[in-house]
Amino acid sequence: MANESVIGVMDPEVKSEASPEVDPKVNNDGYEQVHSKSPVFYDLYERKSELKHQTHYCPGCGHGVVHKLIAEALQDLGLQDKTIFVSPVGCSVFAYYYFDVGNVQSAHGRAPAAATGVKRSCPDKIVIAYQGDGDLAAIGTAEIVHAANRGEKITVFFVNNGIYGMTGGQMAPTTLVGQKSTTSPWGRRPSNEGFPLHMAELLATLEAPAYIERVALSDNKNIMKARRAIRKALEIQRDGAGFSFVEILSPCPTIWGKDPVEARRWVLEKMTPTFPLNVFRDRRPEMPAGNEKENVPPQRPVADVLGIIPKQGAHDNSKPKHAHHFRDVKIKIAGLGGQGVLLLGQLLIEMGMREGLEVSWLPSYGPEMRSGSAHCHVCLSKERIGSPLISHPDVLVAMNEYSLRKFAHEVVSGGIILYNGASIPADFTAPEVQVVGIPAAEIADKLGSTKAANIVMMGALLEETECLAPGTALSVLEDKVKKLDLLEIDRKALTAGRLFIDEQAHIGAVSQPDGFA
Amino acid sequence: MRQLCKGNVAVVKAAILAGCRAYYGYPITPASEIAEAAALYFPQVGGTFIQAESEVAAINMVYGAAAAGVRVMSGSSGPGLSLMQEGMSYLAGSELPCVIVDVMRGGPGLGNIAPEQSDYFAMVKGGGHGNYRNIVLAPASVQEMAEHTMLAFDLADKYRNPAVILTDGFVGQMMEPLELEDNEIQPPDKPWAVKGTPETRANLLSSIYLETDELEEHQRRMEAKYMRAQEAEPRCELCHTEDAEVLLVGYGIVSRVLLSTVEALRKEGVKAGLFRPITLWPYPSKALVETASKVQKVLVVELSNGQMVEDVRLALNGKVPVEFYGRVGGNVPSVTELQQQVLTRMALAV
Repeated sequence: MANESVIGVMDPEVKSEASPEVDPKVNNDGYEQVHSKSPVFYDLYERKSELKHQTHYCPGCGHGVVHKLIAEALQDLGLQDKTIFVSPVGCSVFAYYYFDVGNVQSAHGRAPAAATGVKRSCPDKIVIAYQGDGDLAAIGTAEIVHAANRGEKITVFFVNNGIYGMTGGQMAPTTLVGQKSTTSPWGRRPSNEGFPLHMAELLATLEAPAYIERVALSDNKNIMKARRAIRKALEIQRDGAGFSFVEILSPCPTIWGKDPVEARRWVLEKMTPTFPLNVFRDRRPEMPAGNEKENVPPQRPVADVLGIIPKQGAHDNSKPKHAHHFRDVKIKIAGLGGQGVLLLGQLLIEMGMREGLEVSWLPSYGPEMRSGSAHCHVCLSKERIGSPLISHPDVLVAMNEYSLRKFAHEVVSGGIILYNGASIPADFTAPEVQVVGIPAAEIADKLGSTKAANIVMMGALLEETECLAPGTALSVLEDKVKKLDLLEIDRKALTAGRLFIDEQAHIGAVSQPDGFA
Repeated sequence: MRQLCKGNVAVVKAAILAGCRAYYGYPITPASEIAEAAALYFPQVGGTFIQAESEVAAINMVYGAAAAGVRVMSGSSGPGLSLMQEGMSYLAGSELPCVIVDVMRGGPGLGNIAPEQSDYFAMVKGGGHGNYRNIVLAPASVQEMAEHTMLAFDLADKYRNPAVILTDGFVGQMMEPLELEDNEIQPPDKPWAVKGTPETRANLLSSIYLETDELEEHQRRMEAKYMRAQEAEPRCELCHTEDAEVLLVGYGIVSRVLLSTVEALRKEGVKAGLFRPITLWPYPSKALVETASKVQKVLVVELSNGQMVEDVRLALNGKVPVEFYGRVGGNVPSVTELQQQVLTRMALAV
């Protein structure tokens, strides 16, 4: 690694954490081996096309240091086999050249989302998203904020060097005020490009994150702090404590045009005043008492959840039961939202299905759905149903005058219109169609609920067309209406609708022009 | 036992039976019932449901879950699918299987929430960057929404590629009887996945191939699997085609209207037939050529200004006259309207 010498300093804390029997950092001669390479790194970087013994990072680059700190932490914590590394676009997109762990490369800025998908699929594994500043703080702003806000139990290492390194030195969201880049050639001007984005502080406004710290690779003392922060972030994930985030201020000597030593100094002198080093969060997220437990729904067998296994006593609808004289019927039901238009259609297809018919129900679409009007198409057939859209219904159930006038012309010659109203509007004509006015709202109101008007209309429809058996209607209502008092009203409404048609027929007979009953 | 079910809900129920336990999505009309059903059912069977901050995030969550080797899905409509194109390109490039449902609505832009079939190009030709294909299925009923979802998971795994259920607001919103078998599929083992285990430690899921020759080799490998799919997977349905003189071609909800049109035309003595592509990619070109070889005219009907018709013309290659009739904006042609279209065109043909 380019920067091994930078951190070839033993931290007293690390010694105590390492295995007491065999210290891999002590060689055969008993000398402390300071230039070791963690076994979490591949011996040879086979995935690189050339120079397989060294990294692609520039001399003095912070990535090499961060890689080493992460690798050593994974090794010391015994997490290598469990770790999945997600590397998005940026200089670190090639992290998979080096880390001998499971690797997933992801799109620019999307590592926290991809890591979410990985972690939720393997909740007991260690998932690391390793992102640069352009990636995390520009194109991926939404993904990092929401992953943090959900408290995803992942670890994000955010390498902030204030510049786009891989693409050759364009301005980053973290570029300092006045700092020159290829896309801020006069220096970053807040009036034009805004101010540097403080991601650690921003994320610390959220409730869910467990650990947020900003560290810097500016000198050995701060590198040791970075080392501890990286370790702690991984321990937090290992312990399932929540979202952990370490922002690492990191030198980019090549793009900054500085030598490695100068670059490190620049991190301390120029970056830390804008990005102060601090622990911004270090606590487990507080869940409202008992909340987590309550939110886990009870587990049920798949067949039960999906409604595959019939409930006890449920209607067996596998065999056709419809009357042999059944003819296909196409019904359009229209009215206002709240009049039970869509529900009436659903009840009819449930009945049809129970009678072994092919059925389809299609709700209305278009602007009228938003303006309070609703309609649906119901097909009942002995054969496979072609178009579920009805251009010419056999029956129109019009729950209001608007629907009557709007759809009456569509009804087939010899068809029926059932209109929710005591009398048909005087100026309304529908040649070759039988129009029946039913004061369904009044009937329902007298029975105890205007809402049952749709069931009155259902009773009328069944009596008028004989398309489905009233007994089926009753059993469907008994299954679907949970409240007993409402069920009672619906039962009466169904009967009232049927009776009304019977009486109408009677009156109709009396009023025959020839005067004979 | 049959149960009444919306098309959008049938997708979710079938996904669970296919062993899918991960849904990442974002609400949009007319696809929201998919997310709602997933939110209701998945957690009850030990699955994951997350409402992402955007479709961009959702598809990348799908990417992560697919990389971890689980069966995973998302659902959306046109505007959401536009946002997912980046992720779908990455999924195809990294050869990760997943199932994505597009319940098409009117476009371009915000358009409206009524059904269209105007995402055909985006889904069938691959709307993201780079050389790749989506496997695309076009259900026409609630039962098929379920059956095609299960098939889509199998095909996605078989070819390590995204599979798309391309449907529309009608099929998504309509209710029909649904019959599901109490037979849950055990998803296949995926040794290539990254699962955080010693066995999968050496695995890498990536779409980066820096060297030109490497990337070409990768793409040739993908091409080879697409060729295999083209041989093995085209599916279609034929109705009344044996003696047909005019062949109507349409998918999804349009095929339902066309079936009624064919039946109505036959009552009037017009020998019409229906060719319904079930897979839109790979397109059932061979079967189409065979079926169309005996007819005088082909009429393609779409809820678009003419997208699938290009594949019909490519397949038939000028051998049979191909005409097109499309409605857009959320309008769906009626049976009478289509009957008229056929009769007029047949009269002109004579």
